[in-house]
Amino acid sequence: MEKSLNWREFVITRAIKASGYSAIVFVLLIFVFLMREGLPALGEVEAGNLLSIRWYPIEEMFGILPLITGSIIVTIGAALIAVPFGIGTAVFISEIAPRWVREILKPLVELLGGLPSVVLGFLGILVLSPFLRVFLDLPTGLTAFTGSLLLGGIAVPTVVSVAEDALDAVPRAYREGAWALGATRWQTIWRVTLPAARSGVLTAVMLGIGRAIGETMTVMMVTGNAPVLALKLGSLFSPVRTMTATIAAEMGEVANGSTHYHVLFFIGIVLFLISLGVNIAASSVVFRAKKRAERILS
Amino acid sequence: MNKIVIENLSLQYSDGTESLRNVSMEIPANAITVLFGPAGGGKSTLLRCLNRLNDLADVEVVDGKVIIDGENILDPKTDVIALRRKVGMVFARPVVLPMSIRANLTYGLELAGEKRRSKLDEAVERSLKLAAIWDEVKDRLDDPAIALSGGQQQRLCLARALALQPEIILLDEPTSGLDPLSTGKVEAALQELKKDYTIILVPHSVQQAGRTADYAAFFLQGELVEYGEGSVIFTAPKDKRTEDYITGRFG
Ligand SMILES: Nc1ncnc2c1ncn2[C@@H]1O[C@H](COP(=O)(O)OP(=O)(O)O)[C@@H](O)[C@H]1O
Ligand SMILES: [Mg+2]
Repeated sequence: MEKSLNWREFVITRAIKASGYSAIVFVLLIFVFLMREGLPALGEVEAGNLLSIRWYPIEEMFGILPLITGSIIVTIGAALIAVPFGIGTAVFISEIAPRWVREILKPLVELLGGLPSVVLGFLGILVLSPFLRVFLDLPTGLTAFTGSLLLGGIAVPTVVSVAEDALDAVPRAYREGAWALGATRWQTIWRVTLPAARSGVLTAVMLGIGRAIGETMTVMMVTGNAPVLALKLGSLFSPVRTMTATIAAEMGEVANGSTHYHVLFFIGIVLFLISLGVNIAASSVVFRAKKRAERILS
Repeated sequence: MNKIVIENLSLQYSDGTESLRNVSMEIPANAITVLFGPAGGGKSTLLRCLNRLNDLADVEVVDGKVIIDGENILDPKTDVIALRRKVGMVFARPVVLPMSIRANLTYGLELAGEKRRSKLDEAVERSLKLAAIWDEVKDRLDDPAIALSGGQQQRLCLARALALQPEIILLDEPTSGLDPLSTGKVEAALQELKKDYTIILVPHSVQQAGRTADYAAFFLQGELVEYGEGSVIFTAPKDKRTEDYITGRFG
């Protein structure tokens, strides 16, 4: 009895350890592969070409700046939509809605989060983009803005559900403490509940943005796919092309080992570094908040 | 002079618990009135009626009247925010808000629209002195309040309630998590405060009830069993149930 328990303990610990380490190994392998396939691009393409504003691989023009700005503008647009809307919804669900509304909204949001993005892209092409074209009087409805709207929509459920959990975890005593001081419900949310849930809400925002940066299908379907440098505000309403969409669209057609192939991987590296940066920024903010709380509590 | 008059107050939560049954009592100003009895007797529920904090809980039925200074505050037309400024509350677990010591104290006043720095500073010093914690924190008002010890946090909460210059102070087992020394400080502060305020205290033990009560009310399962001067209740209770509880035969 005693013995078999020990044995099971041993196997389970080992299995958990093995899966933990293998996760690290896989990430490393992916990273090595990405580097091996992408870094040669630096040798094959001059820096001037790589940093130019023309992406036209057939003519050996590999300017990746339009793709980077394309990704950035779509992501910023999505964040501007997803963050206020997502946090607002989370506050509504956890602080304001009566219980029966909450019980309908919560599963609904989770359901939306599970919607395949290709379905949203489809809606974007068939409904949203024709509507935007007519409504905003644009030459085409397939623009960065369309992509932002849809990506924002994709990120909202993530933001809502993570932020809602964070708000829910704020002790009821905090709210009652504020109410007992004569704070209105709104003052309590703004000055007490949200600040107390700050680190969780930040995590929600970062996860939402992360989701938006990495999204491929939807942006490929609705942003028009024109690799044009997007620097002005007006670019929001013209077609752009993102890094993810470029890789997805062209990877199937390039010759293995060609310069174009290496540049596509190089874009992958850039994308990887950007998401890494966002993640590190996010976790350091959260970490700092935690650290502070620990220091204060000790 | 009766500050608060409670008439036939009954309260039922939405899950069907009847937490107060036909409670009537008169609470005088400038005294410590103690509500005591075993857990689940409705003491917290009664306190939370006095500042309408129960509005935010799942309450099914509230019946009867709570009259403060001649006005029935259960009336839906009551300005609840103003009421909560007039009736301060301190909870069992100190709830310091996630801000500095100073900000904890000025928070309520700022919500009430007070912006003048001099007024705020004055309120900080006055209320900290009243709560007998000024000497301990005066040099670190800008530190996070959560860095204070439990006993200091609780006195900070008392000070925070006092900063709004309330007329009535409700305390729900304010010393249940504190060591005897801190408990003593809080009790001493209350004895000072009763000269100017109406104090209603739910003590965390019969001993504390005996030590602090000018008036005492014994609650059992939503019912007010006995109410009168503390000196009488704790020496010669009329009801058998009160006597059993005080002598430690149950509860
Ligand atoms: N928010 C609530 N919802 C439902 N029932 C509650 C709630 N708060 C208290 N009660 C019930 O009301 C009764 C009285 O509780 P309470 O006023 O907290 O008693 P006491 O403070 O004397 O221990 C208990 O039976 C308790 O379970
Ligand atoms: Mg209680």
